[in-house]
Amino acid sequence: MWRRRTGGARRSPEAAAAEPAPPVQPAEPPALTIDALGRKCPIPIIMLAERINQVAMGGVVAVLADDPAAFTDVPAWCRLKSHEHVGSYELPQGGWSIHVRRNY
Amino acid sequence: MAYLDAASTEPLHPAARDALLAAIDAGWADPARLYGTARRAQMLLERARAEVAELIGARPDEVSFTASGTQAVHLGVLGTLAGRRRTGTRLVAGAVEHSSVLHAGALHERDGGELEIVGVSRTGRVDADAFAEAVARPGTALACLQTANHEVGTLQPVEEAARACREAGVPLLVDAAQSVGRLPVPEGWSVLTASAHKWGGPAGVGVLALRKGVRWRSPLPEDERERRRVPGFENVPAIVAAAAALRARAEEAEAEGRRLSALVDKIRTEVPRRVPDVEVVGDAVLRLPHIVTFSCLYVEGEALLTELDKAGFAVSSGSSCTASTLRPSHVLEAMGVLTHGNVRVSLPRGASEDDVDRFLAVLPDIVRRIRSSLGVH
Repeated sequence: MWRRRTGGARRSPEAAAAEPAPPVQPAEPPALTIDALGRKCPIPIIMLAERINQVAMGGVVAVLADDPAAFTDVPAWCRLKSHEHVGSYELPQGGWSIHVRRNY
Repeated sequence: MAYLDAASTEPLHPAARDALLAAIDAGWADPARLYGTARRAQMLLERARAEVAELIGARPDEVSFTASGTQAVHLGVLGTLAGRRRTGTRLVAGAVEHSSVLHAGALHERDGGELEIVGVSRTGRVDADAFAEAVARPGTALACLQTANHEVGTLQPVEEAARACREAGVPLLVDAAQSVGRLPVPEGWSVLTASAHKWGGPAGVGVLALRKGVRWRSPLPEDERERRRVPGFENVPAIVAAAAALRARAEEAEAEGRRLSALVDKIRTEVPRRVPDVEVVGDAVLRLPHIVTFSCLYVEGEALLTELDKAGFAVSSGSSCTASTLRPSHVLEAMGVLTHGNVRVSLPRGASEDDVDRFLAVLPDIVRRIRSSLGVH
């Protein structure tokens, strides 16, 4: 809906889609993929919180989600829980693969 | 029922109720006509206009009454853009403006104009430097900034924005819907919009103030009402009541604001102390006196509102599942804070400490029950 966006804390999904595409492929393959496609928030976050300890320290979990709320909420969860949001990559079928690194 | 949703609509102020009942009898006639009852309606309308003008820092001839705050914004945005078409077609707005601003901007874009959105900090405050840079770009016809955010209460840097607009020769539309009647109106606006039901007036009255000298052309078909700025027969009794409410609020604002602000501080402090995994969002200091918003991890916003309603509390939420759309609040999204499990508490005039204490008492168990129903312990 909104073409240009300057400054500020973050970008909306539309703005992210309208601007130069982020790297399509993540640099590091995830150690675990959680399929939360079709699930509404907070379910994707709950699945992430339940399973992040299944990867080794420093490992990456990918959350596949298509609820627009997840695009904002997974990075916000990372900030609150002191894990690292590595990046969010668009999926060809819609939604994102949102990568999170386990920090502790 | 404890009503804690003043940011949606403030209950009718007793002064407005009295004025409304009197004006229904005295001010029903057509103020555009010349016989006695009509002249009385016109006198009531103009007296209300002078009163509202004084309270918002405008001249009476700069003030028009609209059918709503949303209509005031639509006319303010589109009319100023139309009036400045020869200067350019760029519109600048903050990312957390009310949807009426963003929807007017979207219409402007569909008509070939450009919309530049300026981002906000984690607390929801517009980046003043980025706003100044955006305003200074050539071809900017109008900039829009709210006085304070309607979902998280954060105050915006209106004075800095006004300075940047003045230097760039760009008019600034200030959407003061959430702050009029609660905080002084900031200076430096070219166009000011507000909504009476947010300050305790009746619904159906908005304010559109256009500073003398601002180029403006109505985006709607011509109509002679309200100095050709707003179409349709004025709702004189409601306008009279709106002015009475604003007068009464202005007198109470300082003391009542201080009292409500202390209650908001209590909620801001106590919610994270009593409920685990909660983020209180919005600026803790640069904020409206009556709004506080927080998000609870692992909780569905709709379930939270339903349970709070059952417990006797009327609050609202920016979570997507509570709205008619499937998108979460653009405000929370722009701030990059949790959009789920979101609750906005906004205290009306007269909200009691007892209501706040009872809210704080029931909240932890409600959140715990919802989490446990989702398997989170």
